[in-house]
This record gives sequence, C-alpha cells and structure tokens, in this order.
Amino acid sequence: MLELLGLPPQASAHAAQIDDMIVMLHWLMLVLFVGWIIFFVYTLIRFRASVHPKADYQGVTSHTSSYLDVVVVVVEAVILLAFAIPAWAVRVNALPPEEGATVVHVIAKQFEWHVVYPGPDGRFGRRDASLITSTNAIGLDRSDPNGADDIHSLAYLNLPVDTPVIVYLTTMDVIHSFGITSMRVKQDAIPGMEIPVWWEPTMVGDYEINCSQLCGLGHYRMRGFVTIMTQADYQAFLAEEGAKLSAD
Amino acid sequence: MENVTTAEQIAHAEHGHEEHTLSFLQSYVFSQDHKVIGIQYAITAMLFLLFGFSLMMVMRWNLAFPGAPIPVIGNFLGQANAPGGIMLPEFYNQLGAMHGTIMVFLGVVPLAVGGFGNFVLPLQIGAPDMAFPKLNMFSYWAFFLGGVVMLASFFAPGGAANSGWTSYAPLSVIATQGQTWWLVGMVFLITSSLLGAINFIVTTIQLRAPGLGFMRLPFFVWAQLVTAFLLLLAFPPLEAAAVLQLMDRLAGTSFFMPAGLVTTAGVPLEYSGGGSPLLWQHLFWFLAHPEVYVLILPAMGIVAEIIANNTRRPLWGYGAMVGSLVFLGFMSFVVWAHHMFMTGMGTTMSAFFQTTTMIISIPSVVILSALFISLYGGSIRYPVSMLFALAFLPMFGIGGLTGLPLGLSAPDLHFHDTYYVIGHFHYVVAPGTILALFAGIYHWYPKATGRVMNELLGRIHFWGSFIAMNVVFMPMFIIGLAGVNRRLYDGGMQYAHAQDVIGWNVVSSYGAWTLGFFQIFFIFNFFWSIRHGKQVDDNPWKATTLEWQAPSPPPHGNFTTPPEARRGPYEYSVPGASTDFTMQGQASGPDPEPAKV
Repeated sequence: MLELLGLPPQASAHAAQIDDMIVMLHWLMLVLFVGWIIFFVYTLIRFRASVHPKADYQGVTSHTSSYLDVVVVVVEAVILLAFAIPAWAVRVNALPPEEGATVVHVIAKQFEWHVVYPGPDGRFGRRDASLITSTNAIGLDRSDPNGADDIHSLAYLNLPVDTPVIVYLTTMDVIHSFGITSMRVKQDAIPGMEIPVWWEPTMVGDYEINCSQLCGLGHYRMRGFVTIMTQADYQAFLAEEGAKLSAD
Repeated sequence: MENVTTAEQIAHAEHGHEEHTLSFLQSYVFSQDHKVIGIQYAITAMLFLLFGFSLMMVMRWNLAFPGAPIPVIGNFLGQANAPGGIMLPEFYNQLGAMHGTIMVFLGVVPLAVGGFGNFVLPLQIGAPDMAFPKLNMFSYWAFFLGGVVMLASFFAPGGAANSGWTSYAPLSVIATQGQTWWLVGMVFLITSSLLGAINFIVTTIQLRAPGLGFMRLPFFVWAQLVTAFLLLLAFPPLEAAAVLQLMDRLAGTSFFMPAGLVTTAGVPLEYSGGGSPLLWQHLFWFLAHPEVYVLILPAMGIVAEIIANNTRRPLWGYGAMVGSLVFLGFMSFVVWAHHMFMTGMGTTMSAFFQTTTMIISIPSVVILSALFISLYGGSIRYPVSMLFALAFLPMFGIGGLTGLPLGLSAPDLHFHDTYYVIGHFHYVVAPGTILALFAGIYHWYPKATGRVMNELLGRIHFWGSFIAMNVVFMPMFIIGLAGVNRRLYDGGMQYAHAQDVIGWNVVSSYGAWTLGFFQIFFIFNFFWSIRHGKQVDDNPWKATTLEWQAPSPPPHGNFTTPPEARRGPYEYSVPGASTDFTMQGQASGPDPEPAKV
C-alpha cells in the first residue's frame, strides 16, 4: 500500500509513524469503498426493472449494515485514540531539551525563508523591524552581544543528521507555512506568534522547504532548501560561516 | 407582525390569485411567487457556475502548461492580467479566489437552496407559497446584488480579491481593493442567505398541508430544513467577521492584525496591533464548515427523492436517515477547527476536534449506507435523473472517505494544503453535489415546464460529465499524496518532489476542458426542451410526493384543491395496491400506516 500511495521518502524519525496511519486509513477507505461498489453494482444489475418488475416494499430486513457501522466506528476510534492523538501529542508537547538539539530560528517573509543560527554562544540576538535594510532583511541587531555571532542564511537550512531539531518559527508579514514534505514536517507561521516545530532528520541529503499557505503572488516560488549533513560537516559549516562573520 | 403576514398570505392564497392581474415586472422580475423566485435563483446560479468553472478552465491551462501563452482566450484577459497571453501569478490568485467564492456562494448554494429549495419545498409540503413571499424576493435580489459586486470586483484597481476564498488575514487585509469589494459582496450574499433561511424554517414549520407530520416529510424537505438552520446559525459570525475585516481595511482597526508586521519592502505596517489572524480563521470556519453541509445536505435530499422514485420502493431506514441528518446538523458546528490543525494547535484542542470529526463521519456513513441499501429489492428504472443520482453515491463516497485522513491532525502533517485536500472536497462538491443538482434538474424540469428534457442528450451529458469529472479530480489525489501543494501558480514545477507527478496536471486539465465540452449538451437541452421537449402529464415519473399532485407548471397558489397528506412520502409498491405508487395525498387506496396527525 505504501508504494501504491506514492508517498515521498521518509527522511525523519516520525515519518514512518505518520505514513503508517495514512496507510491504515487508506485500507479502511479501500475496504469500505470496494464493499459499497460490489453491493452497488450487484443491486443495479440484479434489481433492474426488466428482470425485477415488482419492487419489494420491505427491502433489506437484516441488521448487517448496523453491525458494519459499528465496525467502522470501532476502527475509527482505534486509529484516533491509539495512533492519531498520541502521535500529535508527541509532535506538539514532547519538545526535546534544547541542549543536545539543533536550535534555529526560521523567519518567513514574502517570499523568502530566513534562517538564523545562534552561533557559538548558543544565544539568539535581538531582531528589530526598524533595523531592516536592503542587506539586513530581518532586522538582525549586530550590536546586541548575543547577536554578534548569529549566522543568518537566506533560503538555506543546514542541519546535522540524527539530532533533534527545534525550529522557532515566526513570520514578518502574512501567514506562511513551513513544510518539508519528505520529513512530514508542516507548521503554519502565524503573525504575532512564535511556534516551535521539532523533528529528527534521519537521512543525509538535500530536501526542500515549500510554503504551504497562500501568501501572495510569489507563493509558488517561496521555496527553501534543506541540507541534512553529517555532524562533522555541520560543524565545519558553522565554523566556516563563523569565520566569514569575524572576517567582516 | 410576522405571524400576521403569514396568516394574511395563507388567506390570500386560499382566495385564489387568478383574479389579480400582475404586470410583467411583478410576474417575472420582482416576483413574490416561490416558483418564479426559485427559477430566477436557479438560472442565475447556473450562470455563475458556468462562469466560475470557466475561470478554472483558464487556470488549468497554466497548471498544465506553466508560462505558455493561453491560446485564443489569452488575448482577451487584458495586459495587466496576462501580457502576451501569459498569465501572471497575481491574476492566477484572483482566479483562484474567485473560482472558490463563485462556486460556493454564488453557484452551488443558491442553486441547491435558493433554486431547488424555493421551487420544490413549498410544493412538497403542499403550501401555496413561502411564508414570507416579500422576504423571499428580497433574498433573491440581495443575492443578485452580491453577485454583481463580486463580478464588478474584477474591474477594481488591482483586480478581484486574490487571497483565496478563505481570505485569511493579514494577507487579505493588506490585499488590493478587490478584497473590499469581496467583503461587501459577501455581506449581501450572507444577508440573502439569512432571509432565505428564516423563510424556509417558518414555511416548513407553519405551512405544511394537513396530515403532513414531521415524520411524513419527504427527505428533501428535511434536508432543506436542517440546511436552513445551519445557514441561520452559522452565517452571522461570518457576516460579523466580514465587517470587522472591512474595518481593518478601511478604518485602520486591528481586529486581525498583530503588532510589528512589515511590508515586503521592510516598512512597518500602520496597525496598532493586538489583533489575531487566528480569530479570522475561527470565525470563517465556524461558518465555512457548516457551509460544507449546506452544500451537501440538499444534494442528499435530491438524491433520496430520485432513488425512492426510481427504485419504486420506500427509502430504507427513513427514520435513521432523518435522525442522522439532524445529528449531522448539530455536529457540523463543532468540527470547524479541523481546518486549523497546522496553526499551532495543542493536544487537547486538537483531540477534541479530531474526535468530533470522526463522530461526524458516522451519520454521513449511515445516510450513504441507507441510500445504497434502498436500492436492494427495487425495480430500478434508469432515466437520466437516476443516472446522476446513482453516480452521486460512489462519488460522495470517495469525497467522504478521503476526508478521514484529513480529519486527523497527524496525517495532516503530510496532507495539509496539498492537492489531496482539493481532490477531497471537490469529490464532495463536484461529482457529489453538482451531479445531484443535475439529477434534480432533470427530475423536476417537467414540474416547472410541463415537458421532459431530451433523454439522449441527457445521457450524453451524464456519461461525458461523469467520466470527465473523475479525470479531473482523481489525479489530484496522486499529486497530493506526493506532497505537492495547492494554490501554486505553476502547479509546483519548481519542486523536486513534484517532478514525478506533475504530468498528471495535464491529464486533469484535459479532463476539465472535456467536462466543459459536455456541458454544451446540457445547456442546449435545457433551453431547447422548454419549447420542444416531450409534453407530459402532471406526474410523469409516477411519484408519490405532493408536488406531483399540482398541475405542471403549477399556477400561482400551486394546487387546484388544497392537498392533504394521508400517508408517508414513499409509499411505492405497497403490497395489495393496484399501482406501484400510492400518492401521499391520494384519498383512496391502501393505508399501511395508521393515520396520526
């Protein structure tokens, strides 16, 4: 079923769990639909007026359909209680501790994704709309001691593999949605809110961020890039970016 | 005051209308007759459906062949929208927003409720007219004005609204002037629906023929009654929200605007802040989810009538169907936030809305199952109306079933905002509701005109539409499962994960254009049959419900003798009866159910 549905690669720790649910639900859908269709086609042929000129006033007298409804209720209840609600609780409540995780800020604006890494001090600097210039699109305050070493990247999000990621997601203008299809990650960025998103990438490779909420005329091209790298490559990347900063 | 009017109207109707002579304007334009208003609603709504569908046929060009000049039509779209015939993303977003708005608020609902409800409901309950005929007229004209404002918005500076039919703030608040027109148009449309809803409720409760108890009402009437309650209770929050958004746009209030937002150029927006974009979403979906049932319940009502009539046996499980319908109505008010799982919703709230969403699937399954089971043991005829009604069942089935993964928050991590969502709700509304509406048109056309529509043209229309619709919408599930987003101007061609499935957009687009082609058969048939269709008697389908007791077309005041209901609505093939249908108002004949009034 998984192959049949053509879901994208599972590049995060929880992707398989989401896909399992999708597969289960599609089995339920398939069984119900095929059942209906078999019954449907049978009745349409068996009871056509030319072979069944006198209709039956009573029709079906058995309670089979009620039992089937109960079965549907039970299956739905199991999927809901045993899979869906617990899976969601883990996604939104069980944030991993920040030490040991990669913590980044992702800032959405029409029609760009901005990424800020805290730098060696592990603290994020202040951002202020009044500091926005053509070279400082997100208003990063470099005079803030916490912000001096912050690494800012446009459109590229680099992350180490097999380490939990916490993204603090904000937007500067309208609603956007931070989606990474292959990692089954999606979260709307809501103006006025900072929303944490966490997951654990499990496959080294290149992926894409797609904006998943209509955000204006450039919505279709609001694309970002995610590179999942080994821990060593990630450290090298941070060091290189840090060196660039101190060179400026 | 209303009661007086009602009583007056009844008395008025009982005196007969033949003595009055009405001017052309009074008879056909500012008519207060429910049948004329119903036909006005239906024809206006069908024109809007055609227009809304045409917008999509243009959009589907760009989805299939992004950046290629649109043949022929491209030259007429204007330099600001499609320079050199190549559609701009701004224009694509306008078309998208207006396609949704027009199809829902100006097409399907006015046809299903304003058209069918107005024409059929008073006849089915044996009433001479609606309880408030004047209000009914105002309802149509408010709808008409709303439609004019929406159409005119295309000529506003910056074009029509472009923030989706959902108009999420802040995008909609900072959008071009078309959004203001959209909001004003919505206020008219909502007012129209509210006037109509009050009328439907009062009419159904007050003007039923003697003997027509609630459990003898045709299922169609039940569906319209529940729909009217949904409109009455769900629309006011959106009307308020539309006015608030209008204030945000025009008066500088901040109902939906938090502090600290900047424009694309980095300039701070002049809003005091303190508002919440999520408030708009809550108010919008508090209407728009019940609205889904406003779209689907009248369709179920139509299908139930046609299935009972053409299987020649009573609906199976009528009581359970009515119970499920009422339950659906209640539940539809507590599922709205399942549209908002990705807005940062916590476990408790998402658990509540997931649970209500799973619960609401049950009555839908019960109704659908009952309709399937009703076929068993029938003596099934296949006129065009029945083909459309039967096609509704599996199509609505697909639409309903694909709602299951979307109703759970965890699978939404994958499906949110993808083409899977588009496929899902279009299966509910297009091959679902719209096929049912076609069924209703073929079924009640002889009541309105005294003639039947051409069968052969009808069959061509059916098979063409049925197949084409599946070609349009089935590929959307494939595209959506791969994770490709909706509302992308270029169909997603920039994304790596879209590359394997994007070819399906071409298939889907050819489906849409083919679907357009097959509507020509319907449009021709609809107008041609007014004069040239085969003339038939008052009850060509040998049906049981009261509307078939009235002359075709029914005169002003509807019935030549006031009808009385003596039995349930679907007394087909009653054992011992001389014919295979026993009409509800028939004086003699078997009466298997003891009279209870």
